[in-house]
Amino acid sequence: MEIVLVGLNFRTAPVEVREKVSFSHEQALRASEELRSQGILEETLVLSTCNRSEVYGVNPAANRESAAALSSYLSKFHELNPDLLNPSLYHHYDHDVVRHLFRVSAGLESMLLGEAEILGQVREAYLRAHDGHVTGPVLNRMFQAALEVGKRVRAETELGTRPMGVASAGMKLAERIFGKLNDRTALVLGAGTISEQVVSQLRDRNIGHLYVTNRSREKAEEFAAQYKGKVIEWGEWDTALKLPDVIVSAVGVQEPLLTKPLIERAMAARGNRALFLMDLGLPRNIAPAVAELYNTYLYTMDDLTEIVQQNRSARQSEVPKAEALVEEHVGKFISWQASVELIGVLDTLRDSLKARRAAFLQEKLNGIDRYSAQDREHMGSLMDELIERLLIAPAERLRAEKEFRKKIQSVEAIRDLYLSDREKP
Amino acid sequence: MTHIFVWITVVAYLSSMGLYLRFLNTGKEMTGRLATALMILGLVAHYLALLLRAKGTHTVPYHDLQGSMSLFGWLLAVTYLCLEIYHRQRTVGAFVLPIILAFFFTAYLVPDHPSPPSAAHGAVFALHVTLSILAYAAFALSCVLSLMYLAEERLLRIRKLGDVVWRLPPLELLERMSHTGVLLGLVTITVGTALGFLVVDRQPGQAAYFDPKYVVTLLVLFLYVAYFRLARTTAWRGARASKLCVFNFVLVILSFTVVNLYFSQHHRYF
Repeated sequence: MEIVLVGLNFRTAPVEVREKVSFSHEQALRASEELRSQGILEETLVLSTCNRSEVYGVNPAANRESAAALSSYLSKFHELNPDLLNPSLYHHYDHDVVRHLFRVSAGLESMLLGEAEILGQVREAYLRAHDGHVTGPVLNRMFQAALEVGKRVRAETELGTRPMGVASAGMKLAERIFGKLNDRTALVLGAGTISEQVVSQLRDRNIGHLYVTNRSREKAEEFAAQYKGKVIEWGEWDTALKLPDVIVSAVGVQEPLLTKPLIERAMAARGNRALFLMDLGLPRNIAPAVAELYNTYLYTMDDLTEIVQQNRSARQSEVPKAEALVEEHVGKFISWQASVELIGVLDTLRDSLKARRAAFLQEKLNGIDRYSAQDREHMGSLMDELIERLLIAPAERLRAEKEFRKKIQSVEAIRDLYLSDREKP
Repeated sequence: MTHIFVWITVVAYLSSMGLYLRFLNTGKEMTGRLATALMILGLVAHYLALLLRAKGTHTVPYHDLQGSMSLFGWLLAVTYLCLEIYHRQRTVGAFVLPIILAFFFTAYLVPDHPSPPSAAHGAVFALHVTLSILAYAAFALSCVLSLMYLAEERLLRIRKLGDVVWRLPPLELLERMSHTGVLLGLVTITVGTALGFLVVDRQPGQAAYFDPKYVVTLLVLFLYVAYFRLARTTAWRGARASKLCVFNFVLVILSFTVVNLYFSQHHRYF
C-alpha cells in the first residue's frame, strides 16, 4: 500500500494553469469515482481551492506508478496538454504526503502564512469525499489527523492570530477601541475595491449600521444595496460625520477631504465619543492634524501596512512551533500506519507459512499409507499451532515497540526475509 | 491551622496569577477558566485564614495593620472576581493578582504591632469598616483599570502596538469596568460612612467629635462622584476621566496612610 499525492499550487503554477486544473464539487467527486473505478487508486480525495488543486489517494500496490497514472488522468480530465501541465505538478509518496497535508492544514503552505480559511476548505473537501464514499480507512485517518493538526496549530501558536491584511488590521484596531462592532456605526467614503474589502470585513463582524457615501450617487446606491448599507449624500459632512464610530476613506483626491476643523465639529456634535479613522487613500484623504484631536485614532495606509509587516514577522517566528506540531502528528500517523501494516504483514506471513506447511506435509507424506486422513489433519493442525506459537512472541514484541522507526524497520525486515515479492502486502 | 490556609492561599493565588499571565499570552479559554477557579480557591482559603486569625486574636481582622491589609487584599479579589464575571473579561486578572498578592504577603510578613482596643465595636461598626475597606478595594481596581486604559490609549494613539495591545481588553470595556468599580466604591463608601456617623452618634459624649478623616472621606466621595459624572461628558470622556480616576486613588492612598497614621485618632488601619 502507498499513499500518493499529485497536485499543483500557487508556487508551482501560474493562475492561468491553476484555474484550468481547478475542480468544482461535482467534478471532484466524479474524478474520485473514476480514479477508483479505473483501478488507479483505492481511496481518493480531491482538494481544490483557489491556490491549489491536489489529488490524494491510496494505491493498493506499492509500485510508485500511481503518480504517473494520476498525472496522465489529470491531463485527460481537464483536457490539457501533458507537456503543459506536467512541469507544474508535484508528486509525493507516503510520509511526504502526510507531512504535506498536515502543513497545508496548518496554513504553512498557504500564500498568506497561517490563514485560517484553508482549514475549513480541507474539512469541507474531506466531508464531501467521505459522504461520497470515495475515501477509506487510510485517508479518513489522515484527514482527521490533518484537521486536528490545523486546530492545534491555531490554538497553540500565534500563526493565525494577527491580522495580515490592511483591511482586517484596521478592523482589529477598531475592536481594540470599541470591542465588538455589532452595535457600532461605520461610514465608508468611496465605493472602490479597497472600500469593498473593508466593508466585507465590517459585515463579517456584523457592524450595526453601515453608511456609504460616494461622488457618484448611483455607484454608492449599488454598493450600499450589495452590502445592506444606507447612502449619505456626498459632501454633507456635518450630517455624515456625527453618526459613525468608524470612518473609512478610500477615494481619489488631491487635497485632504476630512480636515481638522471638520472632524473637530463632528467630535463636538457626537459628545467626543471615540472615533476611529482609516485613511486608505493616496494622496491622503484625512488631514494628519486630525490625529491630534482628543479621542480620535487615525491610521493611514502606511501605519496599517507597517502593522501588517510586524504581524508577518511575528507569524514567521511561530513557524518552528507549528512545524514541531506537524512533525509530532506525522510521527503519530506513521506509528499508526506501521501498526496497521504490522497486522497485514503478520497475516500474510501466517498464510504463507501455512501454505508452505501444507506443501511440506503433502510432499513428505506422499506415498505413506499408514496415516489416515484424520491423522494427517491432526498433524496439520499441530503444525499450525506451532506456527501460531512461533509468531506470537515476535508479534507481541513488535506491537509493544514504542519507537516507531524501529517498528517500521522490523516490519520491513520481516517482509524482506520471509515474504517473496509476490506475497508482500 | 492558619498556616495551612495561608499556604493554600499563596499557592492558589500564585498559580492563578501564572495562569492569568498565560491566558493573557495565549488567549486559551481553558487556561482562563482554570485561573479563575484557582482564584476562587485562593479566596476561600484566604477567607478561612482571616477567620482563624480573627478567632485566634479574639478580635476582628481590621484592628491591626496585618489584618486590615489582608482584608483589603481579600476584598480586592472579591471585587475583581465580581467584575470579571459581570463583564466576562479575564485579561485584567494578570494585572490585579500581583496587587492582591502584595497585600497578602505584606500582611503576613510585617511584624505584629498590637494596637489598643477600639472603643467602638458591634455589628454596625464592623459593617462600617468592612464597607469602607471594600470601597477602597473597588477604587484600587478602578485605578488599575484606568492605568491600563491610559497605557493602551497611548499605544494606540502613537501607533506603537507591539505585542501588548492585541492582548489587552478594548478601551471602552476598560472604561465600563472602571465605572462599575467606582460605582461599587461609591455605594459602599456612602453606606459605610453613614454607618460610621451612626456609630459615633451612639458613642456617649462623642456628639461634637471631629476627625480629619471625615473631611478627607467626603473629599474622596465628592471627587469620585465628580469622576462618575465627568466621565460621561464631552470634555472629560476617555483619557481625561481615567487620569482623574488615578488621581482620586492617590488621594485614597493618602487617606489610608498619612491621614490615618498622623491625623486621625480613631481610624488607624482602615
